[in-house]
Amino acid sequence: MIQMENVTKQYANGVTAIKDVNLEIQDGEFVYVIGPSGAGKSTLVKMLYHELMPTSGTIKIDSFDFSTMKPAEVPFLRRHIGIVFQDFKLLPRLTVYENVAYAMQVIEAPDAEIKDRVLEVLGLVGLEQKLRRFPDELSGGEQQRVSVARAIVNKPKVLIADEPTGNLDPQTSDEIVDILERINANSTTVIMATHNKDIVNERQHRLLEIAGGRLVRDEEGGTYGNEE
Amino acid sequence: MKSKVFFRHVKDSLRSLRRNGWMSVAAVSAVTVTLLLVGIFMALIFNLHHISQQVENDVQVRVYIDKKTTVKQRDELKNKLKKLDHVNKVTYRSRQQELDTIIGGYGSQWRMFSGDQNPLSDVYMVKTTSPKATITVSKEAQKLDHVVDASYGGRTAKKLFNSVDLAQKWGLGFTILLLFVAVFLINNTIRITILSRSDEIRIMRLVGATNSYIRWPFLLEGAWTGLFGAILPIIVVDVGYAVVYHSFSMANGASGYSLYANMPFLFWLDLMLAGIGIVIGALGSVISMRRFLKF
Ligand SMILES: Nc1ncnc2c1ncn2[C@@H]1O[C@H](COP(=O)(O)OP(=O)(O)OP(=O)(O)O)[C@@H](O)[C@H]1O
Ligand SMILES: [Mg+2]
Repeated sequence: MIQMENVTKQYANGVTAIKDVNLEIQDGEFVYVIGPSGAGKSTLVKMLYHELMPTSGTIKIDSFDFSTMKPAEVPFLRRHIGIVFQDFKLLPRLTVYENVAYAMQVIEAPDAEIKDRVLEVLGLVGLEQKLRRFPDELSGGEQQRVSVARAIVNKPKVLIADEPTGNLDPQTSDEIVDILERINANSTTVIMATHNKDIVNERQHRLLEIAGGRLVRDEEGGTYGNEE
Repeated sequence: MKSKVFFRHVKDSLRSLRRNGWMSVAAVSAVTVTLLLVGIFMALIFNLHHISQQVENDVQVRVYIDKKTTVKQRDELKNKLKKLDHVNKVTYRSRQQELDTIIGGYGSQWRMFSGDQNPLSDVYMVKTTSPKATITVSKEAQKLDHVVDASYGGRTAKKLFNSVDLAQKWGLGFTILLLFVAVFLINNTIRITILSRSDEIRIMRLVGATNSYIRWPFLLEGAWTGLFGAILPIIVVDVGYAVVYHSFSMANGASGYSLYANMPFLFWLDLMLAGIGIVIGALGSVISMRRFLKF
């Protein structure tokens, strides 16, 4: 379970990107986080994987209570969560295969297992032909798919995806969300920040809407657009 | 840490070194330049020390015997020498033996002085109990009958000893300075390569790598950098030293002073260069990346 209580985040430059947000997400839920650009979606999800610390308020994910967590525990929180980054965050000197494998190597998985699983997830995102490419030899959409593959490779309990379809055409976007839904069906909690209206409206899940840093809507099966 | 994981770190570090291209080349070159200088100065300093030690331990007085001395008189002289204070041992060397030493050191052209042509004197080599005693013993020996002259190693070596002492001080100072420059240079080069990789480190952390998991490949990469940087200095120092050693023994064979023999001296010097390279490389990496591994 994920809990946020009275969470506020103010950046060093004085911008308050998240204001007093309370929310609870149960195991196995699929949740969209929507809102206009600059609303605070990325800020919100970054706090979930401890890249940012809230200025005030408390965050808990399963057994991790951020207010009492030691720095040495952060890597273990990150292994509990799969993350698709809005800017991909691929290791530039590693190939596609190596980037995905890296996430399994850090948890010290055996080589044979790594090989099978990495090939499996890269097949899932349609990149089995480009294993030996480096990130700068890929299109934005392809890099995004590597990021997705890396996020799911360890079968995490929680998957956080920040704009996982931001650089993709509608058909590939559909495929990616398919993958996320399939993972969700295997009881992984999925939190997806997006402004892709088509997807949100076609594949209805719980909807959290952020506007100006505040949580303005929390609706099961809500759709985008009827309020704009 | 499991050995499999360690092996993976070793593999990753080599891969990273390879893919870093010119950055790696720059870092290895920095190590090469400094270790080259360090190697040359270490060889110099160790040998200066070695020679000054030889000078200090030179406890011999050479007593030159008058050519007209009979065998009986010579034996008497030997007994008198033995009775002097601070004398340990007296050994006889004929002038032919003396000449042979010179031929050994300076070459066969001296052979023409063999037999009756030999201009040298027979000598008694007098060993004293301490280096200091050589001075008094040589003075006493000069007063004895049938003695043409007496010289102690220190007399000719005194000048050498002074210059060795001076050179050693300068050499030591210079080496310390050099090591500072080396650490600075290498640390900076590695810092630049790691700075350019701070994003990489951040990403590794975001996908769940622990600090030690991130640190190992970087540390090993630094160690490889140091080791590879030591290769050229080792070759140059080994070859150069062999040449210098050869010409030094040719020129100074007769004086009795010598440099460290190639083996095992070069073995230890090489080991030291490789060791310094590895330590500087690994330390440089770890220190440079410390700030990126904070929370
Ligand atoms: N590192 C930062 N320092 C200061 N202000 C920041 C920083 N990152 C984001 N902000 C500000 O915080 C607010 C929220 O940004 P955030 O990235 O969370 O928006 P977002 O909803 O993810 O937008 P988008 O849909 O464009 O990704 C914005 O006003 C932004 O300018
Ligand atoms: Mg964002």
